[in-house]
Amino acid sequence: MALLEVNNLTTNFHTRNGVVRAVNDVSFSVNRGETLGIVGESGSGKSVTCYSLMRLIPQPPGRIESGSAIFDGTDLLSCSERTLRGIRGKRVAMIFQDPMTSLNPYLRIEDQLIEPLLIHEKTNRADAVKRAIRGLEEVGIQDAKNRIRSYPHEFSGGMRQRVMIAMAMITKPDLLIADEPTTALDVTVQAQILELIKKEQKANGTAVIFISHDLGVVAGFCDRVNVMYAGRIVETAGTREVYYHPQHPYNRALQKSRPTGDMKGNELYTIPGLPPDLSRPIEGCAFAPRCEFAADVCRSQPAHLKVIQSGHFSACTRIQNKEITL
Amino acid sequence: MEPATTSSFNTERLLEQADQGTSLWKDAWLRMRKNRMAVFSVVVLLVISLTSVFGPFFLTYSYEETNLDRVAQAPSADHWLGTDKLGRDQLSRILYGGRVSLMVGLVATAVSLTIGVLYGTIAGFVGGKLDALMMRIVDIIYALPFTIFVILLMVIAQDAGTAVENWLLQSFGWKTDVASKWNLILLFGAIGAVEWLTMARIVRGQVLSLRKMEFIEACISLGLSRKRIIFRHLIPNVLGPIVVYTTLTIPAVMLLEAFLSFLGLGIQPPRSSWGLLIKEGSEMMEEAPWLLLYPGLLFSLTLFSLNFLGDGLRDALDPKTSKD
Repeated sequence: MALLEVNNLTTNFHTRNGVVRAVNDVSFSVNRGETLGIVGESGSGKSVTCYSLMRLIPQPPGRIESGSAIFDGTDLLSCSERTLRGIRGKRVAMIFQDPMTSLNPYLRIEDQLIEPLLIHEKTNRADAVKRAIRGLEEVGIQDAKNRIRSYPHEFSGGMRQRVMIAMAMITKPDLLIADEPTTALDVTVQAQILELIKKEQKANGTAVIFISHDLGVVAGFCDRVNVMYAGRIVETAGTREVYYHPQHPYNRALQKSRPTGDMKGNELYTIPGLPPDLSRPIEGCAFAPRCEFAADVCRSQPAHLKVIQSGHFSACTRIQNKEITL
Repeated sequence: MEPATTSSFNTERLLEQADQGTSLWKDAWLRMRKNRMAVFSVVVLLVISLTSVFGPFFLTYSYEETNLDRVAQAPSADHWLGTDKLGRDQLSRILYGGRVSLMVGLVATAVSLTIGVLYGTIAGFVGGKLDALMMRIVDIIYALPFTIFVILLMVIAQDAGTAVENWLLQSFGWKTDVASKWNLILLFGAIGAVEWLTMARIVRGQVLSLRKMEFIEACISLGLSRKRIIFRHLIPNVLGPIVVYTTLTIPAVMLLEAFLSFLGLGIQPPRSSWGLLIKEGSEMMEEAPWLLLYPGLLFSLTLFSLNFLGDGLRDALDPKTSKD
């Protein structure tokens, strides 16, 4: 039994210009202790998927139209607000993209760090502070005893992200959702933060959903990868498979667009065209207009995720029909 | 080993003690102590309030005692600040007026602050239809002409006061003068009921922009309740604008009181307030300038102090301004 099982999640935004289908019929599962990567370009629905799981989508204009997300027996999408509050921060925690704005500038680090403990575990303040100091030490903040009394603006971006990780991990959650946790940081700090998440994950047996558009980071970090395009998952497989044996033209095109050492001097490959406008209904495969293998069947028939080989799913109709190989 | 453990124990105890005293306000106070103008303003305000409250007990003349032999006299050894057109001691009237004005300023502002901040925060944070409904109510009250609104409130409440008085007399046999005291309370209520509108709008606007910030999302994702988010995370973040607007509200409220008293709706002679004294003084400006000068000076001094205090508080409340 998987820790989290997402079935047919569909999230729409009802805007003035029509209904934007941000996440469309997405299903996936996360096992205990596993790291699942979600990659895709901006607007492909990675973040909306995870925000939907935590019901953080602003409603309106957003609306979770259908689907379920069974987390250890509880449906996160339909349970009561009270039940959800007990799960958020206690069993499912989240790290955000921009550490500069994800801490309250008016509260000391200390007061923010102990908040999950005070709420979820009814710890008394002194104990909570002790645990918070230990938590800060674990994420590598030196002199934690004194630094804990600082305000967020006295910390650098990397340190703030460390604080966010400490805050998310302080209740030892079962699932950590990391929404591009390294995007706003510079490369050396990125590596440290990834290392840190890995370490905390190992120590607590936490499962991680790791959202990123950085293919390199995902490759080194995740056990399995979902590739998303235009609000749908187009390919799911183990990390090595996704990288070495792509089974969807979009994924293959993504891999080709990565700058690598051995193609020095050549022009970098780019995918022609633009991602589709999600406020218009899409007939057939969303990637068809940009796909070099597209045939008539791709433009007329919707594509669904199907198993290609054990553990490897692809939503390419032509690959499913064995008409093409990549 | 032994001494080491005791010392670490001691530091922990110290830390805990420090923890208990730590709060936004305590930090703010530590920071504000360094702002001389703000501290000086606090002292000035304290002196003015204390003399207004306790001063009248030490005076020879009461604020309502008329003496037609000594009409509009200049300051003298007997009447330090002179007498008004009915021969009442001006010093006594100023001090008594200070009580009323400061009280109106504080209570009406507190009323408007409480309603406005809560209303605005809830509207801004919950958003959607509730926000639309709440803000339309504000618009409607805003659109009512202020004087008519206050007269309406006063009349309704006056009747209510008399009704309460009669009810107390009939059912318990208590003879009270609810209706007359009512006037003053009403004044606070009426002014507060009008002043909170702008506060609510300002706070709502701030909260709307704050709500989109990631730290609020982070709070939700940590499982905090709405109440906790509002009181611990949203309100501290809007304190800056709130404090500044409050220091503007207090003088506005004092002036409103003067205006209402002038219309015969607020404080009635022989009672006095600074607004009333300034109005009376301005009528006799040429013959007896001291009647305008002293209440005016005191009023200005209070307003200046409030402004400096507001500036100081705003800076002190923002942790980013600290340089230690």
